[in-house]
Formats: sequence, C-alpha cells, structure tokens
Amino acid sequence: MSIDWHNYDAGCFFDELISSPGHARLPARRLVSHLGRLDSDEIQMRREMAQATIEQMGVTFTVYTEEGNIDRAWPFDIIPRIISAKQWATLDLGLKQRLKALNFFIDDVYHDQNIVKDGIFPAHILTDSKNFRPECQGVSPPFGVWANICGTDLVRDDSGKFYVLEDNLRVPSGVAYMLENRSITKRVLPELFENDRILPINEYPSKLFDTLAALSPRKIKKPEIVVLTPGIYNSAYFEHAFLAQQMGVELVEGRDLQVSDDKVYMRTIAGLEQVDVIYRRIDDMFLDPECFDKNSVLGVPGLMRAWRAGNVALANAPGAGVADDKVVYAFVPQMIEYYLNEAPIIDNVKTWLCFEPDQRAYVLDNLESLVVKPANESGGYGMLIGPHSTKRQRNNFVRLIKANPRNYIAQPTLNLSVSPTLIDGADLEPRHLDLRPFILQADDIYVTTGGLTRVAMERGSLVVNSSQGGGSKDTWIVDTEVRR
Amino acid sequence: MLSTVAERMYWLARYLERVENTARLVGVYHKLLLDLPNGVDITWYNLIILNSAESTFNERYKNRDERNVLKFMLFDEQSGSTLSAAKMLRENVRTSRDVLASEVWECVNELYLYIRDNTQQGLLRRPRYEFIDGIIKSCQQLNGLLSDTTNHDDGWQFIKLGKNLERADMTTRILDAGVSLLLPSSDDIGVNLHQVVWGHVLRSLSADLSYRRTVRTRIGGAEVISFLLEDEFFPRTLRYCHNRIVESVYKLPRQKAVLAQLEAMGPFEFNAASDDEIDQRFRDHINELQIQFAGLHQCFYDNWFAIGQA
Repeated sequence: MSIDWHNYDAGCFFDELISSPGHARLPARRLVSHLGRLDSDEIQMRREMAQATIEQMGVTFTVYTEEGNIDRAWPFDIIPRIISAKQWATLDLGLKQRLKALNFFIDDVYHDQNIVKDGIFPAHILTDSKNFRPECQGVSPPFGVWANICGTDLVRDDSGKFYVLEDNLRVPSGVAYMLENRSITKRVLPELFENDRILPINEYPSKLFDTLAALSPRKIKKPEIVVLTPGIYNSAYFEHAFLAQQMGVELVEGRDLQVSDDKVYMRTIAGLEQVDVIYRRIDDMFLDPECFDKNSVLGVPGLMRAWRAGNVALANAPGAGVADDKVVYAFVPQMIEYYLNEAPIIDNVKTWLCFEPDQRAYVLDNLESLVVKPANESGGYGMLIGPHSTKRQRNNFVRLIKANPRNYIAQPTLNLSVSPTLIDGADLEPRHLDLRPFILQADDIYVTTGGLTRVAMERGSLVVNSSQGGGSKDTWIVDTEVRR
Repeated sequence: MLSTVAERMYWLARYLERVENTARLVGVYHKLLLDLPNGVDITWYNLIILNSAESTFNERYKNRDERNVLKFMLFDEQSGSTLSAAKMLRENVRTSRDVLASEVWECVNELYLYIRDNTQQGLLRRPRYEFIDGIIKSCQQLNGLLSDTTNHDDGWQFIKLGKNLERADMTTRILDAGVSLLLPSSDDIGVNLHQVVWGHVLRSLSADLSYRRTVRTRIGGAEVISFLLEDEFFPRTLRYCHNRIVESVYKLPRQKAVLAQLEAMGPFEFNAASDDEIDQRFRDHINELQIQFAGLHQCFYDNWFAIGQA
C-alpha cells in the first residue's frame, strides 16, 4: 500500500501541500506525485534512514526532566513543507521591514524615547517591562542595531494568510535544525532535488559571520569572533557548537573569558587574546554577575563595562529583549508606520492587551475561545489555550490576569494551517505547524530562505515547541516560474 | 587556541587510547587463558588487580568470575571500562564539535553505541573476539580520521600529547601486568609460562612482529622489557612516546617549563641479567615511571590549561 492522496483530508484547515483531496498545490506537485509512487516499504525505509541519519549526525536537543537532562534525537518528519518562491518574496520584504522597525524602536527606547513623547507608545509599558535594562540607556551599538539576529514566528490561518505570531529578539534558536533538516532531506529524498527548483539555504552561516564581523569595534582584518554558550547542558548547545563550527570561530563558555581594562580577553594556550565580537547565547540576566544576576557563573564579570566602553560588540545587544515583550508586539504595526512611514506587509495576530480595562473585560469574558500568553515567556510555557483548557485552569488565569494585567495578552485561537505528516504506522495525517525564519541585520539585512518549520506531532495539538514534544520538517521554497 | 579546547583535545586523545588499550588488554587475556594449561592459577580477576581496581570491583560485584570481570572491564558505567572511557571520549568530542570534523563525531557516536548495544557479544565467549576486534578497529579508524581531517595545528599537537602520554602509561601497566602474573607462581611452571606471558604482552601491544625483527632472539622477559621501554621506532614504547611528546611540545607556544620537565625524566632502561631479576625492583621502577608521567600531565595542565586562573 502506498500513500493515497485521495484519502488525505485536512478538513477545515488550510493545508500547505494540498488544495483539496487528491489535488496538490502547484509548488508541491512533484513531491506529492513522487510520494504517491513510493510503496509503504519504501516510505518506511526512508523514514528509518532519516532516523538513522539523525542519530548518526548526533542531532539532538536537551530536555530537562526530573530524572536529569535527556539528550533527545531531533523529531523529524520526512515530508517537507513547501512555499512558493513568489509568496516567499513578499514575506521576505515583510520580515525585513519588521526587524528594521523593531531596531529603530529599541534604539529610540534607550535614547530619546520619541515614540513615547509622540504619544504612540505608552510610557508605563517600559517602566514595567521585565526586559527593559536601564543599564543600556545611552549606549549606541554599531549601525544603531540592537537585535542582529531575530527569529520571527509566522503562522497561517484557515484562509492561508500569513501572520506574525511573535518576534524572538533575545537568543532565538532553531537555525541549526533548519540547516540539518535540509541535509537529512537531501539524503532521504535526493531524487527530488534533481528535478525541483528548491532554493538553497546553506549560506546562513557565512551571512551570520559577515553580520558579526561588521560589528567589530577594532577595524582589523580578522576580528576575533566567539560564540558564547552557557555550556553543554543548555537545550540549544548542539546549535551553538554547530554555528561556531560552521563559521570557524571559537565556541567559548564564560570561564574562557575575562575582562581587564574594560577589554574582553579569552584564555588561550598562548596567553590572553582580545575578543572583538561575542555572539552570546546567554540571556541578559546571566551575562555579567557585576551588573545583573550576582550568582551567575555562566557569564563574565565586567562584560557590560567592556560593552559600554565600546571595546566589544555583543550580539544581540543587551536590552534588545525589550521588544520581545508580547505587549510591545502589539505595537509593531504602529512602529512600522512611525519609523518607516510604511504600511505593515505582514499583519500581526489580533491581540488584546489586558492592561486596557475594556480589552481585559473582553478577555476575561471569553477565556474559553482565546489563547492567553504571559508577556515575557518563551518556549510555549505559561500559556492558556482556551478551547483545550479546564475550568480550573481558566479560573487560575482569571486570578493571574487580575493580579498582573500588564503581564498578559490574549489572542484568538487560530486555526493554524496543517501539512501532511507521517505518523507511526505510515498513516498520513494533517498536523498543525508554524514557521520560524531568521533575520540578520547589521550594515546589511538578510532573511533565510524559508526557515524552521515546527510541527505539533499530537493530533489536534497546537503546541509546536520542541521542549514540549514538537517535531519539525524541512522547509522548501520552490520556484515554479523558471523553465528548465 | 582556547585553553579549554586544548584540554579537551588532549583528553579525547587520552580516552580514545584508553578505550583501545582496555579492549586490547581484555583481548589478550581472552587468548592467554585459552593457551594456559589447567591448574595454572591465573583467573580473570587478575585483570582487576592489574588495573588497581579491586576495591571498586568488590563494591559492585560479589563473584570474581569471568562474566563479572568482563562486565566491569567492558561495560561498567563508572569504572575505567571501555564503555565509560568511550562515554568520556564522546563527551569530549561532543563539546569540541566546533573544532573537529563532523565525521569524527559520527564515528565516536557509532563507537559508543556499538559498545553500549553489544553487551552480549562481549560477555559470551564465541562472539567476544570479534566484538573486541570491532572496538579496536573503530579506534584505529578514529585515529586515522583525526589525523586526516583535523588541522595539524596546535590542537593536533594536544591530541598527540594525550595519545602518547596515555600510551606510555598503558605500556607500563601492561608490563606490570605481565610481571604480576609471573611473580607468585613462577616456580611451578617455569620457562613455559614466561614465554606464554611475555608473548602475550607483546601481542597485546601489536609489538610481536616488530620485536622479532628488532631483537632477533627468543621471547624473554629482560628483552621484552628493554624493547618496550627503550626502542626508538616502535610506536608504543616509552622512549618512542617520550620522543613524540618532546616533538609536539617544541611546536607549541610557551613550552620552556614543559621541556625542562621532559628533559628531567627517566632513565627508562632497567637492567636485568636474567628473568629472575625481574622482580619487585622492576615493579618499583615501573611505578616510578608512572609517577613521572603523572607529573608530566600536571605540568601540561599548569602550563596550558590553567591559563589566567588565579
């Protein structure tokens, strides 16, 4: 038995590959007909091959459990998710537009706060922001850019329209998995790469290198760039090592670095060497025990002094997370108009702000149909998904929202798009997914071709986070307009 | 090169060497026991004594039989088994993936899984030899991969330091193993046992062919000892390892203190007129050499790995 596409039905959801049972969307046609020709043994074999490749390549992420940290193999579905190049071109512009506006906003917030003075953005949101760092006021990072690396989560509703769900401006992760997903697919479905025009994605590491190198305070030929990791027990350690290796730079932990005379040095076998740019994968609060969390052993004492003195570049800049706040997110369309004088190319998801009394009342009355999110969590933690919640959970959120309205937003429960996914037993079923493209900004701005597609592996589930059982797919941007 | 990276390169080489040598030791024992006549009082438990692991072993196992000794030497999660050394090797490679070729990681991962998933192959007699051979081959494949895919820069010198230091130490242990087998029972069986044991000591180091070509005489204790301590060309002798360490150190920055320590080492040679003189005095000599190599390790640590740490 092979895949019978007539038996696959996405129901009321928008499907990424199929327009109606048995009919593939244009960019997915070759893939769908190819998979239809494979028998179930062949499909099973490819799945096993993907699994073996993942184990062999050691693609893992770490999950924290009560029994200790577990290194799990990366859950991966071999059927890619496909977007047409034409549609991608628009998203590419929209993502660039968004990050530019966000960076203008962050720079403004740490300097004159014109956006507050002009009445566009309420002052109290800043005062109450968990991620606003007074220590960063008056600092001017290179090119006025604070978030050099951004991971923006996109979702589609039941009409197929794209929305921005959130912007990750602190230490977004996932790009290594995006690259590894492609390597796996190339091993598992090589025949499709011969015929389809699938746009390549492998330039990311060199783009990242260029972005970081542009930030170097010392204008020298070979600036010393390092990736700063919290260490092997971090869930994204695999990615930190992967990126350092791909860029050919040192992967360091806090203990490899020290600060003297407001300059950062790393400990090498030849003695101390000055560091110019740090791609830090450590949260602000752990960066520098002199400045933030006194007990942090992950960071480097004096790092903030060196950064403020302009002797080292940090990417992303400390304090960039102020725009990572989900309340701030609600204001991004206004930012785009305010700073760029443009209309947003990609819309936000409708968002209710709980600190506004009217909106809060609406949220409290409609918890059953809404998704409630804390303003400053990541990884899908601390959320209420109304339609899947119990009365008790909802009551709990009523209390939480009333106690700290500034910290909560609500959004409609989206009918997230789905894509055909192989489930154990070789059945094909629709699963919800999202997409995280990565955007780089320094002197130049760049968007990955596609991004990381994350899939909720449980039937009906909307939770795509890998820390909570999500899986992933390769993401193909297919150019259908070129004739061969 | 980062001090911590250098340290991991050094340790990954040591653990790789340890996996291979532990497998070799078990392999030799496996074959030695097949060669000995009944009534010779050599048991699997001697392997535990040779590794100075009596107390750890006895904490965990009651019976000192073949199965438990093999479990301990091959698969114990904590002791110096091949599995635990492979695990440490994997951990060091895992945290050094930014400087090593991805094939190295894949290969180490496979080696670790191979040992972990083939417990029965190691414990049962029939498939055991093949299993051990598989470990040794993987280690050699890894040595080749490291040599051919790693930059021969400072990191490579640290790999060589680790490999040669661990090797020298392991050679002293295998020599010690040979002597300890002979000391208590040498009266009973005499020359025959000597020949068998020293022959296996050589084979455990893949040194039998080289020994014959170089020494051109029968296999005797004094000759084997002199060969394994002093030969300049066979890659597992103390002299050879010491020379390679000196070469590597010359290529590294800030090497003065280490060179001085290297010069002060030795003498390696041990003079015995006959096999009868290979006694406690020799074991003390071996012990002194092990202490010297441990001191060398400390010297590496102070000089390169502990930079800037007050």
